Amino acid sequence: MQLFSTISDTNAHWFLRGVVCLASIPAIILMGAFVGFVGLARDAGFTLAQTEFMVFTIWALPSKVVLIGAVLAKSSLVATFIAVCLSSFRLLPMVVAIVPEMKTDKTRKSTLYALSHFVAVTGWVMAFDRFPKVPRAHRTSFFAGLVFVLLASNMALAVVVYQIADDLPPLVSAALIFITPLYFTFSLWGSARNSSAHYAMIAGLALTPLFHHYLPQVDILGAGITGGLLAYFTARVMRRKAAQ
Amino acid sequence: MTIASYDTWWWPYLFILIAGWLPTNMWRYLGVYLAGTIDENSETLVFVRAVATGLMAAVIAKLVLYPEGALAASPVWLRLGAMGIGFTSYYFTGKKVYIGVAFAELVLIAGMLFGI
Repeated sequence: MQLFSTISDTNAHWFLRGVVCLASIPAIILMGAFVGFVGLARDAGFTLAQTEFMVFTIWALPSKVVLIGAVLAKSSLVATFIAVCLSSFRLLPMVVAIVPEMKTDKTRKSTLYALSHFVAVTGWVMAFDRFPKVPRAHRTSFFAGLVFVLLASNMALAVVVYQIADDLPPLVSAALIFITPLYFTFSLWGSARNSSAHYAMIAGLALTPLFHHYLPQVDILGAGITGGLLAYFTARVMRRKAAQ
Repeated sequence: MTIASYDTWWWPYLFILIAGWLPTNMWRYLGVYLAGTIDENSETLVFVRAVATGLMAAVIAKLVLYPEGALAASPVWLRLGAMGIGFTSYYFTGKKVYIGVAFAELVLIAGMLFGI
């Protein structure tokens, strides 16, 4: 502990704290997300190397699933580009929301641009959850430790899952796949900074079936943005009422 | 032009870069740029965060309502019920993520095992 207290103000220390906080998450949660995706990639004819390349260059799971879906439908390069573009838009508000949480006056722009590549739901939720306990000056190091190892362990797991995805008993596959939305739900709820985030979650969940039915191509965008807007203005009206 | 258009080893990789990496990362880089222009304590940021959370909730809803692979074999009400029980146990036990996950999984597995 004495060692910790003397080095607790270094970036390396907080980088490692980021890594360690990942070790607290069972590897099984990561596997859950990967069973569905890797199985899909394999069925679509992607080799293991191409699957790994996709994990590394895209990283956000819904975008990869959209890319594979487009390839399965034999879509053209342009059509695939547009589909991935629409599904990835959500990364914009996610990045805009997380950057101020880890930026100081001294943070280099290049550091933020480099780290933004690793923004995806899992890392975002985990970082938001833990940032309050990390000194601001070390949050970029903490985030780097978290997401580098998250990406590396996902790539390692993909090798294993690629071999066994089709041999797992259906019940085990189903239970693994189910972990991802559960984990996202609870950590997203816990990482909310204000009531509008809780409203946004409820509205986004509730509106999805509606948008999936009427606008299946842009259901995530439609339900998410409408839910976010509704939540923001509801929270604003409630705040005004409380203030009066 | 599709992923099968050229019979070379590098074409699928180039396809992934152009149709996957580029449209994904342009939003990330634009996000860093825009974040630099927004005041940290501004109302805009509360708004952006609400939209980001709404979008993530929609991703979650799709994973539960329209799942891929083996999970699709379970009835939708079982998945929703498992999620509801998981959330209740998460909420009332000091907001521990693992407790919520464990309870929801138990309900799902029991439901699937007994074919309900």
